[in-house]
Amino acid sequence: MHSERGEGTMKIILNNNPDELSFTEMTVQELLTVKKFSFRMLIIKINDKLVKRDDYDTSVIHDGDKVDVIHLISGG
Amino acid sequence: MKNFKEILKVKCIGIAGCGGLGSNCAASLARVGIGKLIIADFDVIVESNLNRQYFFYDQIGQKKSYALRDNLSRINPAVVVEAHDIKLRPSDILNIFKDCDVIVEAFDLAEMKQMIIETVLSDMPEKPIVSGVGLAGWGDSNSIHVKQVGNLFICGDALKEVSDEMPPLAPRVCIVANMEANVVMEILLDKNN
Repeated sequence: MHSERGEGTMKIILNNNPDELSFTEMTVQELLTVKKFSFRMLIIKINDKLVKRDDYDTSVIHDGDKVDVIHLISGG
Repeated sequence: MKNFKEILKVKCIGIAGCGGLGSNCAASLARVGIGKLIIADFDVIVESNLNRQYFFYDQIGQKKSYALRDNLSRINPAVVVEAHDIKLRPSDILNIFKDCDVIVEAFDLAEMKQMIIETVLSDMPEKPIVSGVGLAGWGDSNSIHVKQVGNLFICGDALKEVSDEMPPLAPRVCIVANMEANVVMEILLDKNN
């Protein structure tokens, strides 16, 4: 899956905080790389809809999206 | 308005895992009179579990799911307990917990936490799921909190992973387990108000 990386920026809400990124759109995996999310186990939602682990490379984030990245750690 | 006990009496809660989180969360939910608890775990009680899990020394060697059923019945015989000795896979989760009002994630490993949360959010998106994340060590009680994203409720400090230096111990594990039980009550009683 390609992602258009034209001129410009996009604004998203990342974990309830406004954020501006220097891409017009990007995949979930690209966002994780740019934001340096290092936890291995994550739950990711775009506009309250789950993005499955297998779809991080193909799910695209657009301007105005609400994105939640929740990390999971062991212990119970 | 109905008495809260009458509301809880007709509710069913699924608890995935009967370790530190699951056993203590289930004990609290039994004490407040939840009608039915569906519990699942594949593991056997060992001595090292007793630093945090709701079992007794003379239960070492027993299956956690069945031993917890016994303990819950001793706390409150009115609670119906359905115990499954099983390592849950996605298809089991959809099947075993399909009639539950809320699901409690009480696994140990992050991989398993992710598996059940993904399964519930994608295949049963209307069902609330309460998860425990970050409970290792001791102290720092004020870092333990609840975060809600839609139907997903995360309880814990979201930070401290278990390790040899930072083991899971009763005080902090029980705070998170009871926070999960408290969120369950909030969901059940809010819905009906």
